[in-house]
Amino acid sequence: MRAVTWQGTGKIQVDNVPDPQIINPHDSIVQITTTCICGSDLHMYDGYIPTMERGDIVGHEFMGRIVEVGSEVKNLKVGDRVVVPFTIACGECFYCKLGLWSLCDNSNPNAAAAEAMYGYSPAGLFGYSHLFGGYAGGQAEYARVPFSNVGCFKVPDELTDEQTIFLTDIFPTGYMAAENCNIHSGDTVAVWGCGPVAQFAIRSAYLLGAERVIAIDRIPERLEMARKGGAEVINYEQMDVPDALREMTGGRGPDSVIDAVGMEAHGTELDYWYDRIAQQIRLETDRPTALRQAIQACRKGGTVSMPGVYGGFIDKLPMGAAFNKGLTFKMGQTHVHKYLAPLTEHIQQGRIDPSFVITHEVPLDRAPEMYKTFRDKQDGCIKVVLKPGTSA
Amino acid sequence: MEAPQLYDPPQRSAINIGQEERTFSLIGGIGLITFALWRRSAISIPMLLTGFGLIYRGMTGNSSLYGALDRNTAVKSNPANVSVPHQQGVHVERAVTVNRPVEDLYNFWHDPVNLPQVMGYVDSIQPIGNNQTHWTVKLPGGAKVEFDSEVYTDTPNEVISWRSLPGSQVENAGSVRFRPAPVGRGTEVHLNVDFVPPGGPLAQALLKLFGDVPNQYIAQYLRDFKQMMETGEKATNKSQSSGRKEAVQQ
Repeated sequence: MRAVTWQGTGKIQVDNVPDPQIINPHDSIVQITTTCICGSDLHMYDGYIPTMERGDIVGHEFMGRIVEVGSEVKNLKVGDRVVVPFTIACGECFYCKLGLWSLCDNSNPNAAAAEAMYGYSPAGLFGYSHLFGGYAGGQAEYARVPFSNVGCFKVPDELTDEQTIFLTDIFPTGYMAAENCNIHSGDTVAVWGCGPVAQFAIRSAYLLGAERVIAIDRIPERLEMARKGGAEVINYEQMDVPDALREMTGGRGPDSVIDAVGMEAHGTELDYWYDRIAQQIRLETDRPTALRQAIQACRKGGTVSMPGVYGGFIDKLPMGAAFNKGLTFKMGQTHVHKYLAPLTEHIQQGRIDPSFVITHEVPLDRAPEMYKTFRDKQDGCIKVVLKPGTSA
Repeated sequence: MEAPQLYDPPQRSAINIGQEERTFSLIGGIGLITFALWRRSAISIPMLLTGFGLIYRGMTGNSSLYGALDRNTAVKSNPANVSVPHQQGVHVERAVTVNRPVEDLYNFWHDPVNLPQVMGYVDSIQPIGNNQTHWTVKLPGGAKVEFDSEVYTDTPNEVISWRSLPGSQVENAGSVRFRPAPVGRGTEVHLNVDFVPPGGPLAQALLKLFGDVPNQYIAQYLRDFKQMMETGEKATNKSQSSGRKEAVQQ
């Protein structure tokens, strides 16, 4: 089959690789009809995700049809049309039973390495380094889905791939980011970044009853998409963000803040250049430029919600501001499984059509150029959808 | 009301030198110091230091070299009765909580034929009757180790303890204990293993150099056990597709 493989920092190619096979009794094989490039794939593309190995098949947002089921999979059959959460979860452990699917105890075969790094191992992830299990990803024609009895969710036939594909990651991720804000009526939510996850966070915040959402970025087309989602926008290259937020909220500050940027933040202040240098000389692994500003801007007693990905260590976190303003921090990989049914319901009821975020739809073989276009934010690129089985 | 229990990790006595050896150390140390003070030559200073070192060794009964080598001459035990003499060998203990009723976990462990499923490198365990089993272990690198083992404590849903029988290539002993975790959290499984690595003190010191390899094995056994009990399979990325040359050429 054709599959997108990681070959080193900045090197992505499409190769002929062996087809996946059923290995465990709860596995299924999915023939992929639609897959995407995620913002977090760019961290890997840029070389900030450790324990990648040359030849790893990448990609963690994919859907398709079941072509083979393992001996213990009773709830799926060949031909079922399914979306696959990017977090792999067993459905049986303490965490899965609590609904904390991305913290599954049993799905990371390399748990020992993750325990050494984080104390305890989170769930395995598709196509996202060996620290998170070394599973082959979904930017391919076929994928093996472990624990498919809970890891494949059947979607209604009347919804298109473009409407449902984002159930695999970015819609639930944006939704959980908004849910983590613990929104009350009258609340203002400020969102750092206007990438795909932020776009869903903006719309989810309104679904959850926010009064206002203020979105911060510098890319005109992303700010425009945020505006279409109902957000007021701030271009951080043109104004001082904390000052603007203070004024816009009558001096109170936003009730909650969302860092939808993560470890490769961009900025204009001195601390951004500090982070660039510190990251280069390995004093820190992640650049928390957006996070710092979000903490600083948040109102007293507010919530900092972090869907943006962090992997290692950050420097100069304003802990004093966080402590003395009594902030609450909520973060983590998305418990995708938990959101599949309720968010499908939102789509079916027409409250949101997730396909709004797509700017590029191309054959799988064009993945390498699309990684570059997406990373460099060229050509108005916000979200790339890849179609296996179509010719380039 | 019951007093709160503090976690009390198993400790070894700091004393690891036998009484006769301690006496010799004291006499030798005093002798060396006397000689050094009498001669007052270039070698006096190292002799003085060595002398004080021997006196310290004799008075405290502790040798850090012995500690590093896991050697202990303070404790004498009769190897006919135990597999791993008291305070000797390598001791590993690790716990995991499994989201299953204690009966399921005990039953799995009670039938030793199951264990190779969750114990990497354990090739087979065959019952030979009389609560005894024959173990075949294939170590990384191809070395094969065999031993016979007997279960000497078996309390349903609480504890199973075993020890190797005389003449084993690797003397070992261990126990697995089951305790209920707080409500809704399943069952705690505490695994203890002691073994004497073949090859004597030098091999033991080498094993220590490689950090906690035995600890990592035990941790992996417990992870695999938990996965088997909770999901019926072990999560794996082995033999899956990739763009690596060896995979593509298959």
